[in-house]
Amino acid sequence: MISSRTTRVVRRLRRTGAQAVPTVIAVVVLNFVLLQLVPGDAADVLAGESGSATAETMAMMRHHFGLDLTLWQQLVAYLNHLAHFSLGFSPRFNTPVMQLIMSRLPNTLILMVSALIFAVVAGVVIGVAMATWAGRWPDRVLSFIALVLYSMPGFWLALMAIVLFSVKLGWLPSGGEMTLGADLSGWDWLADRVSHAVLPALALASFFVAIYARLTRVAMLEVQRQDFVRTAQAKGLHPMIVTLRHVLRNALIPITTVAGMHLGNLLGGAAVIETVFSWPGLGRLALEAVQGRDYNVLLGVLLLSSLLVIASNVLVDVLHAWLDPRIALH
Amino acid sequence: MKAALPLRWLILPCATLVFASHAGAATSANTDTPVRGGTLNLVVDPEPPTLVDLTNTAVPTLKVSTKVTEGLLTYDFALHPEPQLATSWSISSDGLQYTFHLRHGVKWHDGQDFTSADVAYSIELLKRVHPRGKGTFANVAEVRTPDAFTAILVLSKPSPFLIKAFSASESPIVPKHIYEGTDPFSNQNNNAPIGTGPFKFVKWVRGSYIEYDRNPDYWDKPKPYVDKIIVRLIPDAAARAIAFETGAADLGGDTPVPLADLARLKQNARLAVETRGYEYEAGVARVEFNLGNRYLKVPAVREAIARAIDRKVIEKAIYYGYATEVSGPIIASSPYYDAAPTPYPFDIDKANALLDAAGLPRGSDGVRFAITVDPLPISDIPQRTAAYLRSALAKIGIAVTIRNQDLPSYLRRIYSDRDFDVAINGMSNLFDPTVGVQRLYWSQSIRKGVPFTNASGYSNPRVDQLLEQAAVEPNEAARVQQFREFQQIVERDLPDIDLVEPQQVTVYNKRVHDHTTSPDGLDSNFADVYLSQ
Repeated sequence: MISSRTTRVVRRLRRTGAQAVPTVIAVVVLNFVLLQLVPGDAADVLAGESGSATAETMAMMRHHFGLDLTLWQQLVAYLNHLAHFSLGFSPRFNTPVMQLIMSRLPNTLILMVSALIFAVVAGVVIGVAMATWAGRWPDRVLSFIALVLYSMPGFWLALMAIVLFSVKLGWLPSGGEMTLGADLSGWDWLADRVSHAVLPALALASFFVAIYARLTRVAMLEVQRQDFVRTAQAKGLHPMIVTLRHVLRNALIPITTVAGMHLGNLLGGAAVIETVFSWPGLGRLALEAVQGRDYNVLLGVLLLSSLLVIASNVLVDVLHAWLDPRIALH
Repeated sequence: MKAALPLRWLILPCATLVFASHAGAATSANTDTPVRGGTLNLVVDPEPPTLVDLTNTAVPTLKVSTKVTEGLLTYDFALHPEPQLATSWSISSDGLQYTFHLRHGVKWHDGQDFTSADVAYSIELLKRVHPRGKGTFANVAEVRTPDAFTAILVLSKPSPFLIKAFSASESPIVPKHIYEGTDPFSNQNNNAPIGTGPFKFVKWVRGSYIEYDRNPDYWDKPKPYVDKIIVRLIPDAAARAIAFETGAADLGGDTPVPLADLARLKQNARLAVETRGYEYEAGVARVEFNLGNRYLKVPAVREAIARAIDRKVIEKAIYYGYATEVSGPIIASSPYYDAAPTPYPFDIDKANALLDAAGLPRGSDGVRFAITVDPLPISDIPQRTAAYLRSALAKIGIAVTIRNQDLPSYLRRIYSDRDFDVAINGMSNLFDPTVGVQRLYWSQSIRKGVPFTNASGYSNPRVDQLLEQAAVEPNEAARVQQFREFQQIVERDLPDIDLVEPQQVTVYNKRVHDHTTSPDGLDSNFADVYLSQ
């Protein structure tokens, strides 16, 4: 059983890998073409920021950015870099793109993963509670809270949390990913990093908590009506065991599906939260790359994001097979 | 974006009177003895694209570059030169030779000696790659270095404004031994600078902070006083306001918080604001017309629009009082300012009458014609000005559609495609009208694809003549007359409407002293800054 499942996982990974290559190339080419449609280029931005320019400095900058090449030459040069596992060089940041992305990626992963874990755990707990007391006052109260979280913009919630926890109470830092200039190590370092991550992760998670709570509630109610639940109850199992082992486990299938898709959404939401909390992550880098018309950086971020989405889809498939043996990894 | 004067960066040195009263306050602060030590948290936004203001003069670049990379001169608040890397200087009577005597014993942070070769190399590099170097140093034919501590700029024609151009924020002196033979745009010194300044570059964590340490070998001992500068990159305006409140930020310039938050911060006993330090880059906010538009090319239509705008509302409601009304393109603190009021004061009835007379009657819906307004997408102030314009012009039957886009799209639209009716932006006077104002009205600066030039398409031979004369006029009184006449003509012709001179604000924690000691404010080198504990 185990071994057959393992071979299925391996087969699935191999197939995903084969599909990923054309997907990624399509993503790169499509993004490259789309970006050409955006008005203005990197030289416009630099001249705009500087507030002055001459025709000669504009021409020099275009040459420096490789913008004096034809589109075709630019695309071929970029694909050539990729074939050599290089994301190219960012003329605006004056740094290799890979180095820029790698310096930001860990920060974003910390934020996204902790937000997703919190959102799923809190959402499921709230959802289970809502389903258990469906129609009664705990369900009503929690539904209201979920509605509020769902409809409130994350950045506003973030700012309100900063005002409360950083300005009024002084418990948590208002921004950044660590205390600057403090040489910390060991537990102090970890505590410092965690205290900086708490507010942004919660703010990023708030919207998703509401989604998972409502999703869990609906899925649980759906499963509760099924025959095998009645059988379990008839066997005289403790209601808690029925809820967790029989109902929740089956209700988790749609939740993991949605959570996998949300990984991409989180990257988008992270750009806003990263800005509010001055969190040096990938979302902000992407935003700055768009505003700076730095296509090498933007293509690098988009490429990485598409890989992330592909990886999370595989992860969800594997998770499904584990949750429900009837689901085959095909 | 010094020149673009994205309004948020616009400054408004409201006249000498204000300077005098502030100067008194500054003197009393100076009676405290500076103390050594501490870390200064300077807040900067957006993140500078580079750490040296050689090929890029974005506002945040100037703030960080100047701590490491110095200039030949610095200036007092009246823009009179004072020594920095040059200890003395002289200009020949024909205005064609500038002789700088350089400071002895200055070392680059890597231990090499600073000499006249660095100055000559830097001036030639600036002329080639600086965003406005080609204009500023246009008449500099060569730089002679008779000895290691003398640099002589030889000009082909007089440049009356040139002596104001040698600050670290405008004309940085960079190490020849590092830039020579390299591409100045991609030289790694732009990311990790070596300079002569009071602070040494330590580290740049992109998206987070930039760290500088005190230079113990600085030429002006015992300065600097601060041990460390941490430049914090906080992209969200509300988060910056909070950083000041929590003490995470000590100092920030160019109105670092929303104007609406300023009143709240001023209530905070630990915080204060400063309005000086923007004289070097002050400018005006303006409404710019595309004179190719079929309606806007009619002078009576532009006059009607000018008469429909109440500058008082803009000053009070959009700038929260941090601005003063202007009628022309030159700021009030400039010696070339013309104080005459606008020929077209606010008068809605007159505006409607003008449009009726121009053969543009109201339709059945009350609308005479429709135009589009593109606000410069930097800060919310141009956008709010556009919203005001929409309501103001509705009263004279002109329907306004506001179009929003990001900065590169805006620049393309206005300066390359010229696909606009009305733009709202701000333009810095820089340190002299020949550098900051001429480009907006001179017919030869109608240049496609080059931002912050003459976008209206305005061309008036008399204006061209006056500007060209003033650019090389060695007689100061004659130059004043030329610029006054120029102002009167453009105020009458209305290729644009100058609205207000915005006043930028520096927010600081009261533990920070002597942060604003020159007209370039937080773009100074911070050698004088000290922290009380």
